[in-house]
Amino acid sequence: MDFAFMWETFLTLLPGLPLTLELAATSILAGGILAAIISLVAVIGGPIGRGFTQGYVFVFRGSPLLVQMFLIYYGLGQFRPFLQEIGVWGIFREPYWCAVIALTLNTAAYSSEIFRGGLQAVSIQQVEAARACGMSGVLLFRRIILPIAIRQALPAYGNEIILMLKATALASVITIMEVTGLAGKLIADSFRAFEVFIVAGAIYLAITFLVTRLLRIIEFWLSPHLRLRPPSLT
Amino acid sequence: MELMDRYLALVGFGETGWGALLLTAAAMTLGVSVCGFLTGMVLGSVITFMQLSRYMVLRWLADGYTTVLRGVPDLLVVYLFYFGGTAFLGYLGGFFGYQGFIGMPAFLTGTLALGVVSAAYQSEVFRGAFNSVARGELEAASAVGMRPWPKFRRIIAPLVLRYAIPGLGNTWQLVLKESALISVTGLVELLRQSQIAAGSTRRPFEFYLTAVVLYLVITWVSSIVFRRLETRTLRGTRRAL
Repeated sequence: MDFAFMWETFLTLLPGLPLTLELAATSILAGGILAAIISLVAVIGGPIGRGFTQGYVFVFRGSPLLVQMFLIYYGLGQFRPFLQEIGVWGIFREPYWCAVIALTLNTAAYSSEIFRGGLQAVSIQQVEAARACGMSGVLLFRRIILPIAIRQALPAYGNEIILMLKATALASVITIMEVTGLAGKLIADSFRAFEVFIVAGAIYLAITFLVTRLLRIIEFWLSPHLRLRPPSLT
Repeated sequence: MELMDRYLALVGFGETGWGALLLTAAAMTLGVSVCGFLTGMVLGSVITFMQLSRYMVLRWLADGYTTVLRGVPDLLVVYLFYFGGTAFLGYLGGFFGYQGFIGMPAFLTGTLALGVVSAAYQSEVFRGAFNSVARGELEAASAVGMRPWPKFRRIIAPLVLRYAIPGLGNTWQLVLKESALISVTGLVELLRQSQIAAGSTRRPFEFYLTAVVLYLVITWVSSIVFRRLETRTLRGTRRAL
């Protein structure tokens, strides 16, 4: 093992890290908002809303993210005159925004199912109790349903966040030079796949480690009812 | 209508259509996914054995394997096998006195990469399934005097497979979608074929859309197959829910 080379590799890959994090953060945030809307439509939208969201989830979960990315980046390029006319060509011309759009639409499909599961796992007794206290509508949703749903969806959503961090690597295929893109280039140049793989892998593992720790802290903070109570004095 | 005709001429089976090639490529996607999935199944069960072992070193190794392979982008694993495999073959060739370039076969790269990644997921599935096997059944097997191997073959393996089917179904869908990454090695599977077609006709939208539809058909059919399998293996069992 050549540690000097690995250190050099680390220094080469590090400039890609901000881009990886930026891609992940943007698409997780936008995808989370979109997923919240989709899951709400699925739960309260009646049969039409349910059917529409089921179709959306089926399409985006059933096909590879890479193909979706190609469809958006290369495929929509075919409609350049039309996109220029409505003034959005500037977005679809940039591989960065195409990657963000593909990642967002993809994670929205997975997350909306997680959120829906969380919403539907709120027990009817708790809703009834809230109604008995005189809450309804937005107040009931904000104070009772949403907090419980978030608590129930968080572990699964944490997994989705980790998956998204890894999925940003696919953006390298449409010419974005984030960590995996730089690693791929370095491997092709130096032909030392194993060392580069170890360094790049260590960078990703470090990020996922930090994120899982953070998620565990949030989970702890959101579930005081599961912690051991201190012995009471009486 | 005219739009539809033009589209069908592109992806149909006529003289200018790419239909046959796309279907062949879809078969290749299925082929590399099946091989990768089976490799992952074998490797995954070995890792499950290590996880359940009484030796701490083996448990650590297995834990390390699943943590790393589930925490690293799959594209990196594909690169590792593609470039690393070529370098390794070159080294082997040099060992036997051959100085030329030996390329790693793309299909083998795909199978190995998919197998190694899915093994990490499948071992977790198998471990979960093993844990849901009722302890009493294992004790009963020992009580009637079964030795470890017959006990594994007759009692543990069938029960674990039964409980693992839903999880294996999820892993299969994952492998299927990951097989698109193998296109970077030049293996002509569905995505690569669509790229080629899109490049030569300059109609990327139609071809990638067709690829999406073909992937959806494959995932949809396989979800039905796995559901059937699940109900079949659950014959004769009672469930609370």
